[in-house]
Amino acid sequence: MAKHKTPLLDQLESGPWPSFVSDLKQQAEVRAKNEANVEFQIPQDAVEDLLGVMELSYKHGRTHWKHGGIVGVFGYGGGVIGRYCDQPKLFPGVAHFHTLRVNQPSGKFYSTEYLRKLCDLWDFRGSGVTNMHGSTGDIIFLGTTTPQLEEVFWEMTHNLNQDLGGSGSNLRTPSDCVGAARCEYACYDTHALCYHLTQEYQDELHRPAFPYKFKFKFDGCPNCCVASIARADMSYIGTWRDDIPIDQEAVQAYIGGEIPPNGGAHSGRDWGPFDIQKEVIDLCPTNCMWMEGNKLVIDNKECTRCMHCINVMPRALRIGNDRGLSILVGAKAPILDGAQMGSMLVPFIKAEEPYDEIKEVIEGIWDWWMEEGKNRERLGELMKRQGFQRLLEATGLEPDPRMVKEPRSNPYIFWKEDEVEGGWTRDINEFRKHHLR
Amino acid sequence: MAFVSSGYNPDKPMENRITDIGPKKYDEFYPPVIAKNKGTWLYHEYIQPGVYYHVAESGDKVFTVRVGGARLMSTTHIREICEIGEKHCDGYVRFTTRNNIEFMVDSEDKVKPLIQDLESRKFAGGSHKFPVGGTGAGITNIVHTQGWIHCHTPATDASGPVKATMDVLFDDFKNHRLPAHLRVSLACCLNMCGAVHCSDIAILGYHRKPPLLDHEYLDKMCEIPLAIAACPTAAIKPAKIEIAGQKVNSVAVNEARCMFCGNCYTMCPSMPLADTEGDGIVIMAGGKVSNRISAPKFSKVVVAFIPNEAPRWPQTTATIKKIVEAYAKGANKYERLGEWAERIGWERFFEKCELEFTHHLIDDFRDPAYFTWRHTSQFKF
Repeated sequence: MAKHKTPLLDQLESGPWPSFVSDLKQQAEVRAKNEANVEFQIPQDAVEDLLGVMELSYKHGRTHWKHGGIVGVFGYGGGVIGRYCDQPKLFPGVAHFHTLRVNQPSGKFYSTEYLRKLCDLWDFRGSGVTNMHGSTGDIIFLGTTTPQLEEVFWEMTHNLNQDLGGSGSNLRTPSDCVGAARCEYACYDTHALCYHLTQEYQDELHRPAFPYKFKFKFDGCPNCCVASIARADMSYIGTWRDDIPIDQEAVQAYIGGEIPPNGGAHSGRDWGPFDIQKEVIDLCPTNCMWMEGNKLVIDNKECTRCMHCINVMPRALRIGNDRGLSILVGAKAPILDGAQMGSMLVPFIKAEEPYDEIKEVIEGIWDWWMEEGKNRERLGELMKRQGFQRLLEATGLEPDPRMVKEPRSNPYIFWKEDEVEGGWTRDINEFRKHHLR
Repeated sequence: MAFVSSGYNPDKPMENRITDIGPKKYDEFYPPVIAKNKGTWLYHEYIQPGVYYHVAESGDKVFTVRVGGARLMSTTHIREICEIGEKHCDGYVRFTTRNNIEFMVDSEDKVKPLIQDLESRKFAGGSHKFPVGGTGAGITNIVHTQGWIHCHTPATDASGPVKATMDVLFDDFKNHRLPAHLRVSLACCLNMCGAVHCSDIAILGYHRKPPLLDHEYLDKMCEIPLAIAACPTAAIKPAKIEIAGQKVNSVAVNEARCMFCGNCYTMCPSMPLADTEGDGIVIMAGGKVSNRISAPKFSKVVVAFIPNEAPRWPQTTATIKKIVEAYAKGANKYERLGEWAERIGWERFFEKCELEFTHHLIDDFRDPAYFTWRHTSQFKF
């Protein structure tokens, strides 16, 4: 028998898509029965009360959660988000219901053995409600009390060899795409770089010392499956700088209809026979490919590696072999001054351990941002406020037309004194000898 | 409910403390076929929506079955995922960036029993636990934020509108009929934890009433200068307010300048914005993150406001369905929603999608606004 009536939420149990309401109800029931004899460390009916407070929000059209308050684990400034219910008497089981961010493994691969251990811990010391995963990438544990925070952290670090993720003004938990583990488009090992930098910058991740949040995201190719270009302060996008290898026989197999285009991704509709001219060559953004008889030719020097032809004919075309990544910086969501896309900073850099060149770029940027950034100012906003030139100075990188879409259309250049012959110190009397007042 | 210690000693927090160890190393969790063939994959192909295989240089294949999931997930549900992973996949699973779950097997004969098992499992309420789909030129799972389940600033719920929307778009989760893939995302306020601003279709929670001012408590709860500094439009200033004959320090809000971002509320709990009628949903469209053919694009606001209609948000889902159908009908093969809108022109987009164009949709926020106005004599009647 449910503790709270939930007539509004109940309407979200029907329909084909997995119902979170049904899932929460089954969780409430499992906790009530407790067949596994768990010594619950937070109220056994927490999930009942979670459903109750959610129902109240559905009735009011407003949330019933309050601001965080300062909770966390000793020595860390992030990884825990305090959360309190604004109706604690009605829903005592979720009166204190803090979130823990748990740093996910690269690529979000898991052994079920490990997932079960996480479940055991969270059933014992929390609500058993999670997000798999949060938007940034962490495993999210939703709902525990303050005394349990250190206990969960202790068990994670001692028994599971697992650390928390980031929150607040620090390096947020880096995340990556499936990468070379199971994708033929990966131009570098996203898992290796993501893991390496996460370990390298543990201090920056756990102890907020930045003006605001800072995100790393790793996309193995320009298809950008983790959306790094839209949301990471530093976005690492795989690319290559040599030629696209072509298997001419496979090209013919696509033309002859023996292989479905785009891996069969368009199988739900009859689009007619595959037309390489219309579907590949004419859609190439730089017009750098054409047919010479039965041969597909690519003028690789003009290619901007948009991935379209490779996506359409993955068995005929492959990413090049001289691989690395581009670094784009300053992406963010709209708050406050409007959304920003990542801006190209490093057109090409090799991604090889120990990644020293990449770290040099990172640390140059952080030094500048920590010195000049205002409270709650993202890197992209600082770039807009102080200009791209300052970013070049901070990183020591040489200007390159690949960094811009086009040159400036105003001539208001902030010349520096040492760029102008003779400097700026002049004698007005000398000037007046030739230009009378 | 007796307290059980983990071994942590609150009197000596540094004793045997372990910190800064980071995440588990990824290669502990690779299934054998992945560990063996990493970096040598040649190509992939879809067998049916939600089911695909990759072929490696060694000749090995890995077959992946992708299923949708509510990202809000209980340990009971995760244990069921584990049970399936152990039964079919040697004890391995993975999750995708868009909250799907992927079950991988190393030979084709294991695929059918896996699919049958997944499709047979339903929640007590009747919904699928593990619907197979979400690949190719279709609609995959919605990435989203917390909403009313766990956040203090939302202007709408997240899990509810997502469930309602995916129910309406379910056929396209299980099909490859669209011109290209179509990404739907939801953020429950414009902090956009979900980074929805580059999605084909974005569902965004938005407040429309300026903050309430809890004068009696404001100075006790908040750092007033921080609240003032937090406002992007400088709409907040310090004020002395008289309460029961006592002068207290508080703030005043120039309501005409408020853009309803809630940044003040983030800094000061005594300035709540949430409101039953004021809060609701903005629909944005035409964004993308991929560099394929055209550059990544921001989503554009195409519907300024739809009320929160819990529990199923019918106007929101109907609007999204309308946009998807117009796109499916009008776009060329491989063309993303935003590319289609740009090719036919936004004036035509509103006509095709039967959406009203109101003054709210013309940008008036700072510099970028100018660049969205039409600076040419070219337009379509």
